[in-house]
Amino acid sequence: MRLPDVTNLRGMLAGDGAADRVVPPAGFTVRLVLFTAAAMAFLTIFALALSLAAGRLADRWGDELARASTVRISAPADQMQAQTAAALRVLQQTPGVGAVRALSEEEQRALLEPWFGPDLPLDTLPVPQLIEIIETPEGYDSDGLRLRLQAEVPGAVLDEHTRWRKPLVTAADRLRLLGWAAILLIGAATGAMVTLAANAALAANAQVIAVLRLVGATDGYIATAFVRRFTLRTLTGAAIGTVLGLLALWLMPASGETAGFLTGLQFQGWHWLWPFLVPPLAAIVAFLATGAAARRVLGGLT
Amino acid sequence: MRHNGATQDGAGIVIELEDVAYSYGGGELLTGMTLSLAPGSFHFLTGPSGAGKTTFLKLCYGALKPTSGHVRLFGEDLSAMGRDAVALARRRIGVVHQDCQFLDHLSVAENVALPLTAAGQSAAEQADNLRELMTWVGLTDRSGALPPELSGGERQRAALARAVIMSPDVLLADEPTGNVDWEMSQRLLRLLIELNKMGKTIMIATHDLTLIRAAKAQVQARVLRIAGRQLQTAGADL
Ligand SMILES: Nc1ncnc2c1ncn2[C@@H]1O[C@H](COP(=O)(O)OP(=O)(O)OP(=O)(O)O)[C@@H](O)[C@H]1O
Ligand SMILES: [Mg+2]
Repeated sequence: MRLPDVTNLRGMLAGDGAADRVVPPAGFTVRLVLFTAAAMAFLTIFALALSLAAGRLADRWGDELARASTVRISAPADQMQAQTAAALRVLQQTPGVGAVRALSEEEQRALLEPWFGPDLPLDTLPVPQLIEIIETPEGYDSDGLRLRLQAEVPGAVLDEHTRWRKPLVTAADRLRLLGWAAILLIGAATGAMVTLAANAALAANAQVIAVLRLVGATDGYIATAFVRRFTLRTLTGAAIGTVLGLLALWLMPASGETAGFLTGLQFQGWHWLWPFLVPPLAAIVAFLATGAAARRVLGGLT
Repeated sequence: MRHNGATQDGAGIVIELEDVAYSYGGGELLTGMTLSLAPGSFHFLTGPSGAGKTTFLKLCYGALKPTSGHVRLFGEDLSAMGRDAVALARRRIGVVHQDCQFLDHLSVAENVALPLTAAGQSAAEQADNLRELMTWVGLTDRSGALPPELSGGERQRAALARAVIMSPDVLLADEPTGNVDWEMSQRLLRLLIELNKMGKTIMIATHDLTLIRAAKAQVQARVLRIAGRQLQTAGADL
Protein backbone atom coordinates (compact mmCIF):
# COMPACT_ATOMS: atom_id res chain seq x y z
CA MET A 1 0.00 0.00 0.00
CA ARG A 2 1.26 3.44 -0.81
CA LEU A 3 1.25 5.77 2.16
CA PRO A 4 2.83 9.18 2.13
CA ASP A 5 6.25 9.05 3.75
CA VAL A 6 7.57 11.52 6.28
CA THR A 7 9.45 13.49 3.66
CA ASN A 8 6.04 14.09 2.15
CA LEU A 9 4.77 15.48 5.44
CA ARG A 10 4.83 19.08 4.38
CA GLY A 11 3.12 18.50 1.07
CA MET A 12 0.49 16.48 2.83
CA LEU A 13 -0.13 19.12 5.45
CA ALA A 14 -0.64 21.66 2.71
CA GLY A 15 -3.24 19.20 1.46
CA ASP A 16 -6.33 19.75 -0.60
CA GLY A 17 -9.64 20.71 0.91
CA ALA A 18 -11.76 18.36 -1.20
CA ALA A 19 -9.98 15.29 0.12
CA ASP A 20 -10.39 16.69 3.61
CA ARG A 21 -14.16 16.95 3.38
CA VAL A 22 -14.46 13.32 2.40
CA VAL A 23 -14.14 12.26 6.05
CA PRO A 24 -17.00 13.72 8.10
CA PRO A 25 -15.96 16.27 10.71
CA ALA A 26 -15.54 14.22 13.88
CA GLY A 27 -16.02 16.59 16.79
CA PHE A 28 -15.25 14.86 20.01
CA THR A 29 -12.34 12.49 19.29
CA VAL A 30 -10.49 15.17 17.45
CA ARG A 31 -10.96 17.67 20.26
CA LEU A 32 -9.65 15.09 22.73
CA VAL A 33 -6.58 14.68 20.56
CA LEU A 34 -6.10 18.44 20.61
CA PHE A 35 -6.38 18.56 24.39
CA THR A 36 -4.15 15.55 25.04
CA ALA A 37 -1.49 16.77 22.64
CA ALA A 38 -1.50 20.13 24.43
CA ALA A 39 -1.20 18.47 27.85
CA MET A 40 1.61 16.21 26.64
CA ALA A 41 3.53 19.11 25.15
CA PHE A 42 3.10 21.09 28.38
CA LEU A 43 4.54 18.18 30.36
CA THR A 44 7.33 17.74 27.84
CA ILE A 45 8.40 21.34 28.27
CA PHE A 46 8.75 20.81 32.01
CA ALA A 47 10.56 17.51 31.64
CA LEU A 48 12.85 19.21 29.17
CA ALA A 49 13.53 22.16 31.46
CA LEU A 50 14.13 19.76 34.34
CA SER A 51 16.56 17.66 32.33
CA LEU A 52 18.51 20.62 31.08
CA ALA A 53 18.63 22.30 34.51
CA ALA A 54 19.73 19.05 36.14
CA GLY A 55 22.35 18.69 33.45
CA ARG A 56 23.65 22.20 34.02
CA LEU A 57 23.76 21.61 37.76
CA ALA A 58 25.62 18.32 37.38
CA ASP A 59 28.14 19.94 35.06
CA ARG A 60 28.72 22.95 37.26
CA TRP A 61 29.01 21.03 40.52
CA GLY A 62 31.16 18.44 38.86
CA ASP A 63 33.44 21.22 37.67
CA GLU A 64 33.68 22.79 41.11
CA LEU A 65 34.36 19.42 42.64
CA ALA A 66 37.39 18.94 40.44
CA ARG A 67 38.85 22.22 41.60
CA ALA A 68 37.58 22.30 45.12
CA SER A 69 40.13 20.88 47.52
CA THR A 70 42.73 22.96 49.32
CA VAL A 71 45.46 22.26 51.77
CA ARG A 72 45.83 24.85 54.47
CA ILE A 73 49.18 25.14 56.26
CA SER A 74 49.38 26.88 59.60
CA ALA A 75 52.92 27.04 60.87
CA PRO A 76 55.26 29.47 62.57
CA ALA A 77 56.67 31.96 60.05
CA ASP A 78 60.10 30.37 59.93
CA GLN A 79 58.73 26.92 59.13
CA MET A 80 56.18 28.05 56.61
CA GLN A 81 58.44 27.77 53.58
CA ALA A 82 59.69 24.30 54.47
CA GLN A 83 56.23 22.92 55.31
CA THR A 84 54.74 24.33 52.13
CA ALA A 85 57.48 22.70 50.08
CA ALA A 86 56.97 19.40 51.92
CA ALA A 87 53.22 19.53 51.36
CA LEU A 88 53.68 20.27 47.68
CA ARG A 89 56.03 17.31 47.40
CA VAL A 90 53.59 14.98 49.12
CA LEU A 91 50.76 16.17 46.94
CA GLN A 92 52.73 15.78 43.73
CA GLN A 93 53.48 12.18 44.66
CA THR A 94 49.83 11.37 45.42
CA PRO A 95 48.09 9.46 42.65
CA GLY A 96 44.86 11.16 41.57
CA VAL A 97 46.12 14.66 42.13
CA GLY A 98 46.33 16.43 38.79
CA ALA A 99 47.95 19.74 39.61
CA VAL A 100 48.88 21.60 42.77
CA ARG A 101 49.72 25.21 43.23
CA ALA A 102 50.53 27.32 46.25
CA LEU A 103 48.49 30.49 46.15
CA SER A 104 50.54 33.67 45.86
CA GLU A 105 50.35 36.42 48.44
CA GLU A 106 48.21 38.56 46.14
CA GLU A 107 45.72 35.79 45.60
CA GLN A 108 45.42 35.19 49.31
CA ARG A 109 44.97 38.87 49.90
CA ALA A 110 42.18 38.91 47.32
CA LEU A 111 40.48 36.04 49.09
CA LEU A 112 40.62 37.75 52.46
CA GLU A 113 39.79 41.22 51.27
CA PRO A 114 36.01 40.86 51.49
CA TRP A 115 36.37 40.17 55.20
CA PHE A 116 39.22 42.35 56.34
CA GLY A 117 39.41 45.16 53.81
CA PRO A 118 42.12 46.03 51.31
CA ASP A 119 44.78 47.24 53.72
CA LEU A 120 45.50 43.92 55.32
CA PRO A 121 49.13 43.66 56.44
CA LEU A 122 49.46 40.07 55.35
CA ASP A 123 53.11 39.69 56.24
CA THR A 124 52.62 40.64 59.85
CA LEU A 125 49.72 38.30 60.43
CA PRO A 126 49.90 34.54 60.89
CA VAL A 127 47.87 33.89 57.75
CA PRO A 128 47.94 30.25 56.69
CA GLN A 129 49.31 29.33 53.27
CA LEU A 130 46.76 27.82 50.87
CA ILE A 131 47.53 25.16 48.27
CA GLU A 132 44.99 24.50 45.55
CA ILE A 133 44.51 20.89 44.42
CA ILE A 134 43.10 19.96 41.03
CA GLU A 135 42.03 16.37 40.92
CA THR A 136 42.31 14.00 38.00
CA PRO A 137 38.96 12.51 36.98
CA GLU A 138 39.69 9.38 39.03
CA GLY A 139 40.24 11.43 42.17
CA TYR A 140 42.61 10.71 45.05
CA ASP A 141 42.19 8.73 48.23
CA SER A 142 41.50 11.48 50.73
CA ASP A 143 42.01 9.37 53.88
CA GLY A 144 45.42 8.19 52.66
CA LEU A 145 46.46 11.73 51.75
CA ARG A 146 45.34 13.02 55.10
CA LEU A 147 47.45 10.41 56.92
CA ARG A 148 50.55 11.18 54.88
CA LEU A 149 50.17 14.90 55.41
CA GLN A 150 49.74 14.35 59.12
CA ALA A 151 52.99 12.37 59.21
CA GLU A 152 55.11 14.63 57.05
CA VAL A 153 53.61 18.11 57.35
CA PRO A 154 52.24 18.59 60.88
CA GLY A 155 50.72 22.00 60.10
CA ALA A 156 48.72 20.90 57.06
CA VAL A 157 44.97 20.42 56.96
CA LEU A 158 43.24 18.94 53.93
CA ASP A 159 40.09 20.86 53.28
CA GLU A 160 37.53 19.27 51.00
CA HIS A 161 34.65 21.65 51.51
CA THR A 162 32.66 20.60 48.42
CA ARG A 163 33.20 16.85 48.60
CA TRP A 164 29.80 16.46 50.19
CA ARG A 165 28.34 17.45 46.83
CA LYS A 166 29.59 14.31 45.14
CA PRO A 167 26.40 12.28 45.75
CA LEU A 168 24.41 15.33 44.70
CA VAL A 169 26.17 15.42 41.36
CA THR A 170 25.27 11.78 40.87
CA ALA A 171 21.70 12.61 41.81
CA ALA A 172 21.59 15.49 39.36
CA ASP A 173 22.92 13.21 36.63
CA ARG A 174 20.24 10.68 37.48
CA LEU A 175 17.63 13.44 37.41
CA ARG A 176 18.73 14.47 33.93
CA LEU A 177 18.38 10.87 32.81
CA LEU A 178 14.92 10.63 34.39
CA GLY A 179 13.88 13.79 32.59
CA TRP A 180 14.83 12.36 29.23
CA ALA A 181 13.13 9.07 30.08
CA ALA A 182 9.99 11.03 30.95
CA ILE A 183 10.15 12.78 27.57
CA LEU A 184 10.46 9.43 25.79
CA LEU A 185 7.50 8.10 27.77
CA ILE A 186 5.43 11.17 26.97
CA GLY A 187 6.27 10.68 23.29
CA ALA A 188 5.23 7.04 23.44
CA ALA A 189 2.04 7.94 25.31
CA THR A 190 1.27 10.54 22.65
CA GLY A 191 1.68 7.87 19.99
CA ALA A 192 -0.57 5.48 21.91
CA MET A 193 -3.21 8.17 22.42
CA VAL A 194 -3.23 9.14 18.76
CA THR A 195 -3.41 5.49 17.76
CA LEU A 196 -6.44 4.96 20.00
CA ALA A 197 -8.13 8.07 18.65
CA ALA A 198 -7.32 7.17 15.06
CA ASN A 199 -8.65 3.66 15.56
CA ALA A 200 -11.85 5.07 17.00
CA ALA A 201 -12.20 7.46 14.07
CA LEU A 202 -11.48 4.74 11.53
CA ALA A 203 -14.04 2.45 13.17
CA ALA A 204 -16.62 5.22 13.31
CA ASN A 205 -16.07 5.92 9.64
CA ALA A 206 -16.04 2.33 8.40
CA GLN A 207 -18.97 3.14 6.09
CA VAL A 208 -17.20 6.16 4.63
CA ILE A 209 -14.07 4.10 4.01
CA ALA A 210 -16.10 1.34 2.33
CA VAL A 211 -17.79 3.85 0.00
CA LEU A 212 -14.45 5.44 -0.86
CA ARG A 213 -13.00 2.04 -1.71
CA LEU A 214 -16.03 1.32 -3.90
CA VAL A 215 -15.58 4.47 -5.95
CA GLY A 216 -11.95 3.67 -6.62
CA ALA A 217 -10.05 5.49 -3.86
CA THR A 218 -6.67 3.96 -3.10
CA ASP A 219 -5.67 3.11 0.46
CA GLY A 220 -3.13 5.90 0.33
CA TYR A 221 -5.81 8.46 -0.45
CA ILE A 222 -8.10 7.26 2.35
CA ALA A 223 -5.27 7.02 4.87
CA THR A 224 -4.09 10.52 4.02
CA ALA A 225 -7.50 11.97 4.78
CA PHE A 226 -7.27 10.60 8.32
CA VAL A 227 -3.54 11.01 8.83
CA ARG A 228 -3.73 14.65 7.79
CA ARG A 229 -6.48 15.42 10.25
CA PHE A 230 -4.78 13.78 13.23
CA THR A 231 -1.36 15.13 12.39
CA LEU A 232 -2.68 18.68 12.11
CA ARG A 233 -4.65 18.41 15.35
CA THR A 234 -1.65 17.02 17.21
CA LEU A 235 0.55 19.74 15.79
CA THR A 236 -1.90 22.44 16.85
CA GLY A 237 -2.43 20.93 20.31
CA ALA A 238 1.29 20.49 20.88
CA ALA A 239 1.94 24.08 19.80
CA ILE A 240 -0.62 25.36 22.28
CA GLY A 241 0.81 23.17 25.05
CA THR A 242 4.34 24.31 24.27
CA VAL A 243 3.41 27.97 24.42
CA LEU A 244 1.59 27.47 27.72
CA GLY A 245 4.50 25.50 29.12
CA LEU A 246 6.99 28.20 28.15
CA LEU A 247 4.72 30.83 29.60
CA ALA A 248 4.55 28.96 32.89
CA LEU A 249 8.35 28.62 32.96
CA TRP A 250 8.76 32.26 32.15
CA LEU A 251 6.51 33.19 35.07
CA MET A 252 8.68 31.23 37.52
CA PRO A 253 10.69 33.56 39.74
CA ALA A 254 14.31 33.71 38.65
CA SER A 255 17.01 34.68 41.13
CA GLY A 256 20.31 35.30 39.49
CA GLU A 257 23.66 33.49 39.63
CA THR A 258 23.41 31.98 43.07
CA ALA A 259 19.99 30.56 42.31
CA GLY A 260 19.36 27.10 43.50
CA PHE A 261 18.12 24.23 41.46
CA LEU A 262 14.41 25.04 41.64
CA THR A 263 14.76 28.58 40.38
CA GLY A 264 17.18 27.40 37.69
CA LEU A 265 14.30 25.70 35.89
CA GLN A 266 14.74 27.76 32.76
CA PHE A 267 16.13 27.32 29.30
CA GLN A 268 19.48 28.99 28.71
CA GLY A 269 21.23 30.02 25.53
CA TRP A 270 20.66 27.78 22.56
CA HIS A 271 18.62 25.46 24.78
CA TRP A 272 15.74 27.77 23.92
CA LEU A 273 15.61 25.95 20.60
CA TRP A 274 14.64 22.66 22.25
CA PRO A 275 11.01 23.51 23.08
CA PHE A 276 10.36 24.52 19.48
CA LEU A 277 11.13 20.95 18.43
CA VAL A 278 8.27 19.63 20.57
CA PRO A 279 5.30 20.41 18.23
CA PRO A 280 6.93 19.06 15.05
CA LEU A 281 8.12 15.95 16.87
CA ALA A 282 4.61 15.38 18.25
CA ALA A 283 3.25 15.82 14.72
CA ILE A 284 5.67 13.21 13.39
CA VAL A 285 4.63 10.79 16.15
CA ALA A 286 0.96 11.37 15.24
CA PHE A 287 1.72 11.00 11.54
CA LEU A 288 3.41 7.64 12.05
CA ALA A 289 0.82 6.37 14.56
CA THR A 290 -2.20 7.29 12.41
CA GLY A 291 -0.51 5.92 9.31
CA ALA A 292 0.08 2.58 11.02
CA ALA A 293 -3.50 2.48 12.35
CA ALA A 294 -4.93 3.30 8.91
CA ARG A 295 -2.77 0.67 7.24
CA ARG A 296 -3.99 -1.92 9.71
CA VAL A 297 -7.68 -1.08 9.26
CA LEU A 298 -7.55 -0.70 5.49
CA GLY A 299 -5.64 -3.94 5.04
CA GLY A 300 -8.66 -5.80 6.37
CA LEU A 301 -11.07 -4.38 3.78
CA THR A 302 -11.90 -5.44 0.25
CA MET B 1 -18.68 12.18 -21.95
CA ARG B 2 -15.84 10.34 -23.57
CA HIS B 3 -16.70 7.76 -26.17
CA ASN B 4 -14.68 4.63 -25.68
CA GLY B 5 -16.45 1.50 -26.66
CA ALA B 6 -15.03 -1.38 -28.64
CA THR B 7 -11.47 -0.22 -28.36
CA GLN B 8 -10.28 -2.71 -25.74
CA ASP B 9 -6.83 -4.13 -25.91
CA GLY B 10 -6.02 -7.81 -26.32
CA ALA B 11 -9.01 -10.06 -26.63
CA GLY B 12 -11.10 -7.01 -25.80
CA ILE B 13 -12.92 -8.80 -23.04
CA VAL B 14 -13.80 -6.38 -20.30
CA ILE B 15 -14.70 -8.73 -17.48
CA GLU B 16 -14.13 -12.44 -17.63
CA LEU B 17 -15.15 -15.21 -15.25
CA GLU B 18 -13.69 -18.66 -15.62
CA ASP B 19 -15.27 -21.51 -13.67
CA VAL B 20 -15.87 -19.17 -10.75
CA ALA B 21 -17.36 -20.39 -7.49
CA TYR B 22 -18.18 -18.36 -4.42
CA SER B 23 -19.19 -19.18 -0.88
CA TYR B 24 -19.72 -16.86 2.07
CA GLY B 25 -18.45 -19.58 4.35
CA GLY B 26 -21.39 -21.99 4.40
CA GLY B 27 -22.22 -24.02 1.33
CA GLU B 28 -21.36 -22.79 -2.15
CA LEU B 29 -23.67 -19.99 -3.20
CA LEU B 30 -22.51 -19.79 -6.80
CA THR B 31 -20.57 -22.38 -8.72
CA GLY B 32 -19.12 -23.13 -12.14
CA MET B 33 -19.77 -19.70 -13.63
CA THR B 34 -18.05 -18.87 -16.88
CA LEU B 35 -18.77 -15.65 -18.69
CA SER B 36 -17.09 -13.06 -20.88
CA LEU B 37 -18.39 -9.53 -21.13
CA ALA B 38 -17.51 -8.15 -24.54
CA PRO B 39 -17.16 -4.40 -24.85
CA GLY B 40 -20.39 -2.71 -25.82
CA SER B 41 -22.53 -5.65 -24.79
CA PHE B 42 -25.79 -5.28 -22.86
CA HIS B 43 -26.67 -7.91 -20.25
CA PHE B 44 -29.48 -8.44 -17.83
CA LEU B 45 -28.94 -10.57 -14.77
CA THR B 46 -32.00 -12.02 -13.18
CA GLY B 47 -32.94 -14.63 -10.64
CA PRO B 48 -34.96 -14.96 -7.46
CA SER B 49 -34.15 -12.84 -4.45
CA GLY B 50 -31.20 -14.31 -2.58
CA ALA B 51 -29.98 -16.21 -5.61
CA GLY B 52 -26.72 -14.28 -5.60
CA LYS B 53 -27.09 -11.44 -8.12
CA THR B 54 -25.43 -8.87 -5.88
CA THR B 55 -22.75 -11.39 -5.01
CA PHE B 56 -22.13 -11.99 -8.70
CA LEU B 57 -21.72 -8.27 -9.36
CA LYS B 58 -19.35 -7.93 -6.40
CA LEU B 59 -17.20 -10.60 -7.97
CA CYS B 60 -17.26 -8.54 -11.17
CA TYR B 61 -15.85 -5.42 -9.51
CA GLY B 62 -13.43 -7.14 -7.21
CA ALA B 63 -15.23 -6.51 -3.93
CA LEU B 64 -15.23 -10.26 -3.40
CA LYS B 65 -12.55 -12.71 -4.44
CA PRO B 66 -13.78 -16.02 -5.90
CA THR B 67 -13.31 -19.06 -3.67
CA SER B 68 -12.25 -20.93 -6.79
CA GLY B 69 -11.79 -20.15 -10.47
CA HIS B 70 -10.52 -16.92 -11.99
CA VAL B 71 -11.91 -13.43 -12.40
CA ARG B 72 -10.12 -11.18 -14.88
CA LEU B 73 -10.70 -7.45 -15.01
CA PHE B 74 -9.51 -5.89 -18.28
CA GLY B 75 -7.41 -8.97 -18.89
CA GLU B 76 -5.71 -8.92 -15.47
CA ASP B 77 -6.24 -11.75 -13.01
CA LEU B 78 -7.93 -10.43 -9.86
CA SER B 79 -5.96 -12.75 -7.61
CA ALA B 80 -2.74 -11.21 -8.91
CA MET B 81 -3.93 -7.63 -8.46
CA GLY B 82 -2.85 -5.59 -5.47
CA ARG B 83 -5.22 -3.35 -3.56
CA ASP B 84 -4.19 -0.30 -5.55
CA ALA B 85 -4.64 -2.16 -8.85
CA VAL B 86 -8.18 -3.06 -7.79
CA ALA B 87 -8.83 0.58 -6.88
CA LEU B 88 -7.60 1.68 -10.30
CA ALA B 89 -9.71 -0.95 -12.07
CA ARG B 90 -12.78 0.33 -10.20
CA ARG B 91 -12.31 3.70 -11.81
CA ARG B 92 -13.05 1.94 -15.09
CA ILE B 93 -16.05 0.05 -13.71
CA GLY B 94 -19.02 2.19 -12.72
CA VAL B 95 -21.28 0.56 -10.15
CA VAL B 96 -24.83 1.46 -9.16
CA HIS B 97 -25.16 -0.28 -5.82
CA GLN B 98 -28.42 -1.81 -4.68
CA ASP B 99 -28.31 0.39 -1.57
CA CYS B 100 -26.74 3.39 -3.34
CA GLN B 101 -23.88 3.90 -0.80
CA PHE B 102 -23.54 7.66 -0.46
CA LEU B 103 -21.57 9.75 1.98
CA ASP B 104 -24.40 11.34 3.90
CA HIS B 105 -22.43 14.39 5.03
CA LEU B 106 -21.69 15.48 1.45
CA SER B 107 -24.14 17.08 -0.95
CA VAL B 108 -25.55 15.15 -3.90
CA ALA B 109 -23.24 16.98 -6.31
CA GLU B 110 -20.21 16.19 -4.16
CA ASN B 111 -21.29 12.56 -3.95
CA VAL B 112 -21.66 12.35 -7.70
CA ALA B 113 -18.19 13.88 -8.08
CA LEU B 114 -16.68 11.60 -5.40
CA PRO B 115 -14.95 9.23 -7.86
CA LEU B 116 -13.22 12.27 -9.36
CA THR B 117 -12.18 13.54 -5.94
CA ALA B 118 -10.92 10.10 -4.97
CA ALA B 119 -8.95 9.89 -8.19
CA GLY B 120 -7.32 13.20 -7.31
CA GLN B 121 -8.88 15.11 -10.18
CA SER B 122 -9.83 18.63 -9.35
CA ALA B 123 -13.55 19.19 -9.20
CA ALA B 124 -13.18 22.60 -10.85
CA GLU B 125 -11.82 21.05 -14.03
CA GLN B 126 -14.74 18.70 -14.18
CA ALA B 127 -17.40 21.26 -13.28
CA ASP B 128 -18.90 21.30 -16.77
CA ASN B 129 -18.91 17.53 -16.93
CA LEU B 130 -20.64 17.39 -13.56
CA ARG B 131 -23.28 19.95 -14.50
CA GLU B 132 -24.04 18.16 -17.73
CA LEU B 133 -24.37 14.89 -15.88
CA MET B 134 -26.69 16.35 -13.24
CA THR B 135 -28.91 17.67 -16.01
CA TRP B 136 -28.83 14.33 -17.75
CA VAL B 137 -30.18 12.55 -14.66
CA GLY B 138 -32.51 15.47 -13.92
CA LEU B 139 -31.04 16.37 -10.52
CA THR B 140 -29.86 19.93 -11.16
CA ASP B 141 -32.35 21.33 -8.64
CA ARG B 142 -31.39 18.84 -5.97
CA SER B 143 -27.61 19.02 -6.33
CA GLY B 144 -27.16 20.88 -3.04
CA ALA B 145 -29.32 18.47 -1.03
CA LEU B 146 -27.91 15.79 1.25
CA PRO B 147 -28.49 12.16 0.17
CA PRO B 148 -30.91 11.35 3.03
CA GLU B 149 -33.13 14.17 1.77
CA LEU B 150 -33.61 12.52 -1.63
CA SER B 151 -36.48 10.34 -2.75
CA GLY B 152 -35.75 6.72 -3.69
CA GLY B 153 -35.79 7.49 -7.41
CA GLU B 154 -33.60 10.55 -6.99
CA ARG B 155 -31.09 8.49 -5.03
CA GLN B 156 -30.92 5.93 -7.78
CA ARG B 157 -30.44 8.57 -10.45
CA ALA B 158 -27.70 10.15 -8.36
CA ALA B 159 -26.11 6.72 -7.97
CA LEU B 160 -26.23 6.29 -11.75
CA ALA B 161 -24.64 9.69 -12.28
CA ARG B 162 -21.84 8.81 -9.83
CA ALA B 163 -21.32 5.48 -11.58
CA VAL B 164 -20.72 7.11 -14.95
CA ILE B 165 -18.84 10.30 -14.01
CA MET B 166 -15.45 8.69 -14.55
CA SER B 167 -16.63 7.67 -18.01
CA PRO B 168 -16.05 4.00 -17.20
CA ASP B 169 -15.84 1.22 -19.73
CA VAL B 170 -18.34 -0.92 -17.87
CA LEU B 171 -21.46 -0.11 -15.90
CA LEU B 172 -22.76 -2.62 -13.38
CA ALA B 173 -26.19 -1.69 -12.02
CA ASP B 174 -27.75 -3.61 -9.13
CA GLU B 175 -31.53 -3.15 -9.17
CA PRO B 176 -31.29 0.40 -10.50
CA THR B 177 -35.08 0.53 -10.76
CA GLY B 178 -35.65 -1.13 -7.40
CA ASN B 179 -37.81 1.48 -5.77
CA VAL B 180 -39.08 3.71 -8.54
CA ASP B 181 -42.36 3.70 -10.46
CA TRP B 182 -42.76 2.50 -14.02
CA GLU B 183 -42.35 5.97 -15.46
CA MET B 184 -39.06 6.54 -13.69
CA SER B 185 -37.76 3.06 -14.44
CA GLN B 186 -38.36 3.75 -18.12
CA ARG B 187 -36.40 6.96 -17.78
CA LEU B 188 -33.49 5.19 -16.08
CA LEU B 189 -33.59 2.47 -18.72
CA ARG B 190 -33.36 5.08 -21.46
CA LEU B 191 -30.28 6.55 -19.73
CA LEU B 192 -28.65 3.12 -19.59
CA ILE B 193 -29.44 2.39 -23.24
CA GLU B 194 -28.01 5.76 -24.17
CA LEU B 195 -24.78 4.83 -22.37
CA ASN B 196 -24.68 1.52 -24.19
CA LYS B 197 -25.03 3.35 -27.49
CA MET B 198 -21.95 5.33 -26.46
CA GLY B 199 -20.10 2.05 -26.29
CA LYS B 200 -20.29 1.19 -22.61
CA THR B 201 -20.64 -2.40 -21.51
CA ILE B 202 -23.78 -2.66 -19.40
CA MET B 203 -24.88 -5.28 -16.88
CA ILE B 204 -28.15 -4.78 -15.03
CA ALA B 205 -29.27 -7.04 -12.20
CA THR B 206 -33.04 -6.96 -11.85
CA HIS B 207 -36.02 -9.18 -11.31
CA ASP B 208 -38.31 -6.78 -13.13
CA LEU B 209 -39.20 -8.84 -16.20
CA THR B 210 -41.30 -6.09 -17.79
CA LEU B 211 -38.22 -3.86 -17.69
CA ILE B 212 -36.22 -6.53 -19.50
CA ARG B 213 -38.94 -6.88 -22.13
CA ALA B 214 -39.07 -3.12 -22.62
CA ALA B 215 -35.31 -3.01 -23.03
CA LYS B 216 -35.22 -5.84 -25.52
CA ALA B 217 -37.45 -3.80 -27.78
CA GLN B 218 -34.82 -1.06 -27.92
CA VAL B 219 -31.44 -2.78 -27.63
CA GLN B 220 -29.90 -6.13 -28.26
CA ALA B 221 -29.64 -7.54 -24.77
CA ARG B 222 -28.67 -10.95 -23.44
CA VAL B 223 -30.43 -12.20 -20.36
CA LEU B 224 -28.50 -14.21 -17.79
CA ARG B 225 -30.22 -16.08 -15.04
CA ILE B 226 -28.91 -17.38 -11.74
CA ALA B 227 -30.73 -20.59 -10.94
CA GLY B 228 -29.60 -23.57 -8.95
CA ARG B 229 -26.32 -21.85 -8.08
CA GLN B 230 -25.45 -21.68 -11.76
CA LEU B 231 -25.33 -18.94 -14.31
CA GLN B 232 -27.58 -19.73 -17.26
CA THR B 233 -28.54 -17.98 -20.44
CA ALA B 234 -32.28 -17.41 -20.27
CA GLY B 235 -34.44 -18.77 -23.06
CA ALA B 236 -36.41 -16.86 -25.66
CA ASP B 237 -39.46 -16.79 -23.41
CA LEU B 238 -38.56 -13.31 -22.25
N1 LIG C 1 -21.81 -10.81 3.59
C1 LIG C 1 -22.55 -11.93 3.55
N2 LIG C 1 -22.28 -12.92 4.42
C2 LIG C 1 -22.99 -14.07 4.40
N3 LIG C 1 -24.00 -14.30 3.55
C3 LIG C 1 -24.33 -13.34 2.66
C4 LIG C 1 -23.61 -12.11 2.61
N4 LIG C 1 -24.14 -11.35 1.64
C5 LIG C 1 -25.12 -12.06 1.10
N5 LIG C 1 -25.25 -13.26 1.70
C6 LIG C 1 -26.21 -14.32 1.36
O1 LIG C 1 -25.94 -14.74 0.04
C7 LIG C 1 -27.14 -14.94 -0.66
C8 LIG C 1 -27.14 -14.14 -1.94
O2 LIG C 1 -27.17 -12.78 -1.62
P1 LIG C 1 -27.24 -11.67 -2.73
O3 LIG C 1 -27.27 -10.35 -2.07
O4 LIG C 1 -26.18 -11.90 -3.72
O5 LIG C 1 -28.67 -11.99 -3.37
P2 LIG C 1 -29.44 -11.20 -4.52
O6 LIG C 1 -29.64 -12.15 -5.63
O7 LIG C 1 -28.76 -9.94 -4.85
O8 LIG C 1 -30.81 -10.90 -3.80
P3 LIG C 1 -31.79 -9.64 -4.02
O9 LIG C 1 -32.51 -9.88 -5.30
O10 LIG C 1 -32.72 -9.74 -2.86
O11 LIG C 1 -30.96 -8.43 -4.03
C9 LIG C 1 -28.27 -14.57 0.28
O12 LIG C 1 -28.79 -15.76 0.83
C10 LIG C 1 -27.61 -13.76 1.34
O13 LIG C 1 -28.24 -13.96 2.57
MG1 LIG D 1 -29.13 -7.97 -4.60
